[in-house]
Amino acid sequence: MSVDATPSIARRGLADRILRRGPLEAAATTIIAAGVVMLMQPFSLTLYSWSFAMTLFGTVMFTIVSKVRE
Amino acid sequence: MNELSASSRITYRAVMVRPGVARRIRGLSDKTLAWLFITPTIVLLLAINIFPLLWTIYLSFTNYRANRANVPTIWLGADWYQSILTDPDIWAAMQVTAHFVIWTVVIEAVLGFGLAYLIDKKFRGHGLWTTIILLPMMLSPAVVGNFWTFLYQPQIGLFNYVVAFFTGRAASSFQMLGDVTLSPWAIVIVDAWMWTPYVMLICLAGLRSIPDYIYEAAEVDRASKWRQFWSITLPMSLPFIMLAVLFRGIENFKMFDMVNLLTGGGPGSTTEVASITLKRAAFESWRTGYSSAFAIILFVTVFGLANIYVKALNKVKSR
Repeated sequence: MSVDATPSIARRGLADRILRRGPLEAAATTIIAAGVVMLMQPFSLTLYSWSFAMTLFGTVMFTIVSKVRE
Repeated sequence: MNELSASSRITYRAVMVRPGVARRIRGLSDKTLAWLFITPTIVLLLAINIFPLLWTIYLSFTNYRANRANVPTIWLGADWYQSILTDPDIWAAMQVTAHFVIWTVVIEAVLGFGLAYLIDKKFRGHGLWTTIILLPMMLSPAVVGNFWTFLYQPQIGLFNYVVAFFTGRAASSFQMLGDVTLSPWAIVIVDAWMWTPYVMLICLAGLRSIPDYIYEAAEVDRASKWRQFWSITLPMSLPFIMLAVLFRGIENFKMFDMVNLLTGGGPGSTTEVASITLKRAAFESWRTGYSSAFAIILFVTVFGLANIYVKALNKVKSR
């Protein structure tokens, strides 16, 4: 009984650590910032081409994760 | 006395004539009343904000041209997006925007924080100086654009004479708005002049929110003024500086009016920021579908930055 319970607590702990609003919002914010930098950088046309997809993904992610519990 | 009795008679009749309406309104729940009051606002927002946004998204996938509204509209998929995101000219416009945004934000943040730090010292006449410093921010961008065009005139403009006084160059030997190298800096100077006071205000709010007892504790610990600045003032006002930087970054990313009045994107395309390219595509070339796609790209970027802004704002609020 106790052998079964221990991993489930550990799993919940890991999920709680990752699936929280703070870290997810931070990840989304980083993706948005990376997208904006890619849009305006003068070095690579390829990076510029992927910038919109990156910003859009970050923005959608931010909108979703801002609804996740604290 | 007669007037009073007449008015009370009218009130009495009004209550007596339509008791059903009053009872019905009294019978409404708080939730229903709230909906009743906010419905006009929601309808207005849907009509002037949400519908045009959805319509622009739709148009960005079509070949629609506003000057040929009768031509059948063809669905193009993501062609315009692909075209914009592989176009070196649009990429160049983004780099011009980046130059404008980065330099204005850096200059405004440094000068704004410096001015706020000085104003926070509460020297004699600091109220008057605060008002004088805030004046440019209160002007319309159209007015600012017009009078800086005069200030930058190589023959009669004050700016050239001031530069000539300090550098020894002839006043008419350079053109701030007509020179390929100088014109991107000309728009940076005007924006910094206009919006540094705004950054100063936000930084001042940050500086005034630092409790005095922290400085008193630092004094007790014999921390030098330099140490107090680096260990207390700067870290504690950093969220406010970030807020100002983000806000100015978003505003300058979509800057149009001032740049359009000062240079119109010229000479050549050296000051053609993204919003001017968008205006040219939409209202000079009449490529409505293409410009809609471009507008959506800019919108998503600004929306993404606004999310970061809200996050920073929440951090400041939680302090």
